[in-house]
Amino acid sequence: MIVSGAWLRDYVTLTMDMEQLAQRLTMVGLEVEAVGKPYAYLQTVVVGEVTAVEPHPKADKLKICRVQDGRSERRIVCGAPNVAAGLRVPLALPGTSLPSGMGVHETVIRGELSQGMLCSQKELNLGDDASGLWILPIDAPVGTPLAVYLDLEDVILDVSVTPNRGDCLSMVGMAREAAAICGTSVRYPRIVVEETGPPIDSLASVTLEDPVGCPRYAARLIQGVRIGPSPEWMKRRLEAAGIRSINNVVDVTNYVLLELGQPLHAFDYDRLREGRIVVRRAVSGERFATLDGVERSLFDDTLLICDGKGPVAIAGIMGGLESEITPTTTRVLIESAYFQPECIRRSSRKLGLRTESSYRFERGVDPEGVLRAADRAAQLMIELAGGSVAKGRIDAYPVPIPRPTIVLRVPKVNEFLGMDLSLESMAGVLEALEMDVETMDAETLRVTPPSFRPDITREVDLAEEVARLTGYDKVPVTHAQVPLYSDPVDPHAAARQELKRVLEAVGFYEVLTYSFTSERALGSLQLPDDDPRLRPVRLLNPLSEEQAVMRTSLLPGLLQTARLNLDRGNTDLRLFELSKVFLPRQGELLPREDHHLAGVLAGRRDPRAVYGSEDPVDYSDVKGVVEEILSSCWLDESEVRFSHDALPVYCDPRCAASLWVKGMVVGSLGRLHPDVREAFDLKRDIYYFELDFEKLFALRNPHPGFVPLPKFPSVTRDLALIVEGTLPVADPLAFIRSLPEPLVESVTVFDLYRGKPLADHQKGVGYRIVYRAADRNLTDEEVNALHQRITDQVLKAFGATLR
Amino acid sequence: MEDAARALLAEAEQAVSAAGTDLKALEALRVRILGRKGELTALFKALGQVDAERRPAMGKILNEVKTRLEALLEEAIQRAKEQATREGERLDITAPGRRPLRGRLHPITQTAMEIAAIFNRLGFETVEGPEVELDYYNFEALNIPKDHPARDMQDTFYVSEDVVLRTHTSPLQVRTMERKKPPIKVIAPGKAYRCDSDVTHSPMFHQVEGLMVGRGVSFGDLKGVLTVFVHQMFGPDVGLRFRPSFFPFTEPSAEVDIQCVICKGSGCRVCSQSGWLEILGSGMVDPEVFKMVGYDPEEVTGFAFGMGIERIAMLKYGINDLRLFFENDLRFLRQF
Repeated sequence: MIVSGAWLRDYVTLTMDMEQLAQRLTMVGLEVEAVGKPYAYLQTVVVGEVTAVEPHPKADKLKICRVQDGRSERRIVCGAPNVAAGLRVPLALPGTSLPSGMGVHETVIRGELSQGMLCSQKELNLGDDASGLWILPIDAPVGTPLAVYLDLEDVILDVSVTPNRGDCLSMVGMAREAAAICGTSVRYPRIVVEETGPPIDSLASVTLEDPVGCPRYAARLIQGVRIGPSPEWMKRRLEAAGIRSINNVVDVTNYVLLELGQPLHAFDYDRLREGRIVVRRAVSGERFATLDGVERSLFDDTLLICDGKGPVAIAGIMGGLESEITPTTTRVLIESAYFQPECIRRSSRKLGLRTESSYRFERGVDPEGVLRAADRAAQLMIELAGGSVAKGRIDAYPVPIPRPTIVLRVPKVNEFLGMDLSLESMAGVLEALEMDVETMDAETLRVTPPSFRPDITREVDLAEEVARLTGYDKVPVTHAQVPLYSDPVDPHAAARQELKRVLEAVGFYEVLTYSFTSERALGSLQLPDDDPRLRPVRLLNPLSEEQAVMRTSLLPGLLQTARLNLDRGNTDLRLFELSKVFLPRQGELLPREDHHLAGVLAGRRDPRAVYGSEDPVDYSDVKGVVEEILSSCWLDESEVRFSHDALPVYCDPRCAASLWVKGMVVGSLGRLHPDVREAFDLKRDIYYFELDFEKLFALRNPHPGFVPLPKFPSVTRDLALIVEGTLPVADPLAFIRSLPEPLVESVTVFDLYRGKPLADHQKGVGYRIVYRAADRNLTDEEVNALHQRITDQVLKAFGATLR
Repeated sequence: MEDAARALLAEAEQAVSAAGTDLKALEALRVRILGRKGELTALFKALGQVDAERRPAMGKILNEVKTRLEALLEEAIQRAKEQATREGERLDITAPGRRPLRGRLHPITQTAMEIAAIFNRLGFETVEGPEVELDYYNFEALNIPKDHPARDMQDTFYVSEDVVLRTHTSPLQVRTMERKKPPIKVIAPGKAYRCDSDVTHSPMFHQVEGLMVGRGVSFGDLKGVLTVFVHQMFGPDVGLRFRPSFFPFTEPSAEVDIQCVICKGSGCRVCSQSGWLEILGSGMVDPEVFKMVGYDPEEVTGFAFGMGIERIAMLKYGINDLRLFFENDLRFLRQF
């Protein structure tokens, strides 16, 4: 809502300047987003008097003028054809910044000094005339700033009006708030309508076929108007509010809309067939051409204003082309109505048509302000366009809209707000807002809010009015007293946080990518057609195809992030995300929302300067990270399996594994399939892991508990084998662990080797076995015998030889 | 023998003096004289051949010589070591350290944790809910019916007529109250979505919702909790103000502004010259919302608040472009 200070003062006496008012409005809930002085540039444009004009020695079209600026005489080079001695014209002094963006400076033009600029109307944005200098009246006081002379020192507020305050979408509405702030009262416009025409009932009628959608419809009729332009003052007020001036009659309707907040419509009465107005719902598919020249297909709940034959306007939204005011219009029917807010909003939304009118109707106009607005429009129309007003008004208002009566319990409101206000001060605030307040007893008020405040229906609404006008800053800060109790921490959230910490600790950067993705990106994972991940939740109104579906996998977002980083020269990547994926569920409105944990690795394993190396990451890096994740879930190696079974299609099967925990697949890891990599436009090897956090969470173990530290020393023996290259190193490991040897404390792989002198199909694997007895020192002989026994069994079981 | 011992002492004194602070030479000298096959050791061994009568006297002399030699060498070696430590070549300590590789959590995560920690300390429990949400929880139950202008306040992504991407974390107010009985103190961090994308709007963003319900919870208590929050998040000297506003699910509603962290309130570009920065919306839970979940608004009152985590993080770190959060450029992520 644009509020002109000059206009506002028509209705209220302000006890503060506009800057202060802006502050106060903000603090009562009408946030002022900007304070503007649209004609500030006119402060340095003064009335100048041309005292002499001489030719420019070097340019035929230029003249050298002597101009009195009120204090001294200036030399100004001017090219306007109409410049002449004795004229009073606008003089822009050096330092002025004109609306075009041009700055005025003292300068030299073709060798002659010029100390300012004489201006046309157009150059000052005060009219369209660009043909020559703007000749001011001869009595214009020389040296006076134009802003002062033209009374354009206005301050404009841009007020953000919340949806509950439709009553503030007018100058009078803003004046009410300003009056309540200033402790003054509103001067409503004086409305006197001289009715000199025939009775309106003899010319027009109104039928409400839908009194729910249209509870009230009033009309005035004016005959003998002459359509023409509006006066400058009205044009300027409309244009400042962003409304284009059309003609005097249409401008009046818009002016009253801005002044009183009541949208009006002016029909050319002679185009209303049978002189009748019928308010009804449209028939589905009914077509109608609106004022903007668009033919629209209507819905069965669109409220229509019709004449004796068919529609002439979409109620509360926009008039029709057929009945609009034209230059030849002489008789005008003014519509002033109250439409049901929900009805207007629904239609406006369905039709995709928002207007100043619908904006106000859907927020609720004053049902009791309808007649006043019709009268005000009639008054202004005969003032500006002539003609005579028909006697009487039509006012179809079958069921008056009730005003609620609200009981305000002073102690209850004080307790609720945490304040200690007297009954009198609460009553004072409410009365300043034009509410009817009656004192029931020492602690109770009975309040009837005005008809223009449909947002106030309950005690709590009154509490808000009291609080906002008293000032939120007057509410003391208190600290609530509550029972000392807490529900246990959500283990799911705690586990996620813990995992994020683990990944941070092992060198991974957390990323947050959009939850939406494109079907194309999901398709790039090369999933088979029947994969449920190809049936994502779709948005009805996405911003773009790139963000049209909810992700079913974290990988596309991560791979796109990897691509962005690689493109920007960030070559060594360790990124992860722990976020939701969304999978539709049969027969359910809402999808399943599962947390997944995925990461990507690329570039060097150890990119540290000096101590690092150029070695690229490989499978062992990504596996190491996954092992770290698993051990943070207290999963034992024996519960975990890395397998070639059930590999996803987007991994490179030569270098990837599925991860099984307690017999369930929980994810996969390894190198990205080259086709997928290329589909994401990635030019380097990418390693990834992707885990279903929900499964991991379900399968995780509690902390296994403390194991006492051993009292006796251990003995370590290595077992260096040469085996077939295809033998998984995990097999002998599992074999040794499965042997019934209680003295074997642990077995690990400590060395892997391929190359000479081994044959190509062979590899060397070193196992380190730690032996320990819980109750004594082991002897060399004992360990040697045991180690020999194990060695023999391993060699036999795997056809291996000792290295 | 006595002469030999005295000669040895004299020679050793000379040798020690010649060795100076040469630690290696001194060590070698010690071995040559006092070692197992050393010269003095040899004299001690020869003591056995000496007359029993003279043996004690000789022994005494040898011991005296030994004590002196030991002290002499000890002192010289100690001096040499000290000099070596003091004057030896020093490591280039300006060479870079061998830093362990570590990552970073996303600044939004870190900010969310910081916000949550403040409210957790105050006794607010953390709850979560779905991001693809029923229109009922996102709007209807929050007193925003279908044909209400308040729907314009939020550009909504629709999945179907009845399902939306939640436009705020406020559905958790309703879901929590449906599940629990008062007193309630919860916060709900999470993602939210609005179909709007430019420098100041992201189609996905993060919020933290807060809700407290109980007997006699007042607007003053709301001011109390949020004042504690602002002072812990932005500093104890940062001013704040509560400004009337409108949310369909709170009445009265308040927007909270803090003194601009850039200009300290004097007015700058970041705060549009106002000196204030809006950081969160709040208010007393509207009785209509209580009715939707079967609470009696005559019995209990409460307050709710919601804040954008991006907004808080941008103010905290001075980040000027919202889009940086979701680009995930490593050079950005490394800074937190």
